[in-house]
Amino acid sequence: MNVLIIAAKEIHQAIRNRWVLAATLLLAGLALSLSFLGSAPIGNVGVRTLDVVVVSLSSLTIFLVPLIALLISHDAIVGEMERGTMLLLLSYPVARWQVLLGKFLGHLAVLAFATCLGYGAAVGALAATGSQIDGDSLLAFAAMVGSSVLLGAVFVAIGYLVSALVRDRGTAAGICIGLWLLLVLIYDMALLGVLALDQGRSISAAGLNAMLLSNPTDAYRLINLTGFANVSTFAGMAGLAQSTSLTIPVLLAALLCWTLLPLGLAALAFSRREL
Amino acid sequence: MTSTVRISGVTKSYGQIKAVRDASFTLDRGELVALIGHNGAGKTTLMKLMLGLIRPTSGAIEVLGDNPAAGEFAGRRQLGYLPENVSFDPALTGRETQAFYARLKREPVARGLELLDAVGLGAAGRRRVSTYSKGMRQRLGLAQALLGQPRVLLLDEPTTGLDPELRQTFYDIIARLAAAGATVLLSSHALTELEERTGRVIIMNRGIKVADGSIDELRRLARLSTRIRLKVAGLAPSEMPPWAPQDATCRRLNGHIVEIDAAPERKIELLHRATAAGNAVEDVDVVPPTLDELYAHFLRQSEQAP
Repeated sequence: MNVLIIAAKEIHQAIRNRWVLAATLLLAGLALSLSFLGSAPIGNVGVRTLDVVVVSLSSLTIFLVPLIALLISHDAIVGEMERGTMLLLLSYPVARWQVLLGKFLGHLAVLAFATCLGYGAAVGALAATGSQIDGDSLLAFAAMVGSSVLLGAVFVAIGYLVSALVRDRGTAAGICIGLWLLLVLIYDMALLGVLALDQGRSISAAGLNAMLLSNPTDAYRLINLTGFANVSTFAGMAGLAQSTSLTIPVLLAALLCWTLLPLGLAALAFSRREL
Repeated sequence: MTSTVRISGVTKSYGQIKAVRDASFTLDRGELVALIGHNGAGKTTLMKLMLGLIRPTSGAIEVLGDNPAAGEFAGRRQLGYLPENVSFDPALTGRETQAFYARLKREPVARGLELLDAVGLGAAGRRRVSTYSKGMRQRLGLAQALLGQPRVLLLDEPTTGLDPELRQTFYDIIARLAAAGATVLLSSHALTELEERTGRVIIMNRGIKVADGSIDELRRLARLSTRIRLKVAGLAPSEMPPWAPQDATCRRLNGHIVEIDAAPERKIELLHRATAAGNAVEDVDVVPPTLDELYAHFLRQSEQAP
């Protein structure tokens, strides 16, 4: 009950602060431009446009959704402490984990709303302009939207963990930008570099899988680029799709762990904090 | 059982600094208690300890049957708190804020909104908190603290930023709550304001409780002299009346007034002597030591103690 009251307030606040509007417009704008501009080089004849959109949109999601999630979440705890509102909230009959979970549900709802509506606009526009959309493509698209929300959940949880640990908002923002750079950009480049240097000598397939699973953005990428045969041909990942043993349930489980672990640690850190 | 808050042997240190040292006291139902002390004397720390926002380094705390340090919070439904610098989410309106807090306390939202009218925020309730003045935020802070018929009210500097009229309303409200059996603990710097309203005073200095009792008890303990002012006719400006005691300090104030510092037990005797002289005393004022003086006295005393 308390969790829902707090979640409702977070959603209310996000609507009032125009977070919802901004995130939805941003995602819709990018989804729409990708669906129309992205299909220009191949044209519209004979190609399943939506599959192309899944490839390009999921690549974009990897950059954008974690950034939005961290922006919302990094000051959820430390920011409220600095503003003094946390002091009053915690004098109410609520447990700290309820505060955290309520915020999480609220922020996740905002993110899910923005993603579904923003990306849904792309499908709607494609359908309206007469592109043919079949069941397989729609399924891949739905999986992409769902996993994007899950990726958002991962980064909201990571943002909370940072927010529960640091002393001030500036530090939280700095650490979150660093984590974003690391997980979204640097990790893959470093991984590629290591693989190129190693030339397959000492890193086994299992080792590679472990390295891919230990970064949530890679798990997300694999779900969307290799999970569906119709999509992986466009993604240029068909080869990887055949060689990897990571199935969609395993990848989803990895993302779920990436959500629950930071969230649990954040709850622990928050419950130990004095204010 | 009538006690609502029990503090026994509580110490709270932040590194080297001891914010509260070995404090013990019990607050009962229906008590209106003033917690006074300098900034940094440990008043806010004590309240935060009672709320479980911080944990004591040693000692035990019980608030409405809960141990706040262990994260128990069932009793907090009947607890109201107003922090020193209260702040609210600026994007929400006063009514939305109050409704949110009412839901958390399982209080009907309509009754919560009535409290906004009681503190004079009825008209401004539909505006965002970001447009509120300091005084209006303080009113909203009071309104949320009064939610849910609190049995314990912890008010940290509640009257800062309130205009005199609302102060009066505020003291009326808390007096009514205390009369109905609530425990009210309020910290303040406005000592003269508290003097006639609180039943009990706890004085803190550097984290140590230096005095605890009703104002009369503290006056007895402090043994500060009572000032007796007599308006006497027919005396030369520097002349002392013949009945003035040799062993007490006497002063002449403007024109006709003689001021005597009397030890508490000599008040009556001095008044007898003055009136027995028959002539000249036209008016009498007896000024007992004020809370300000008592506070200064106990602080001095605690500074001198080793």
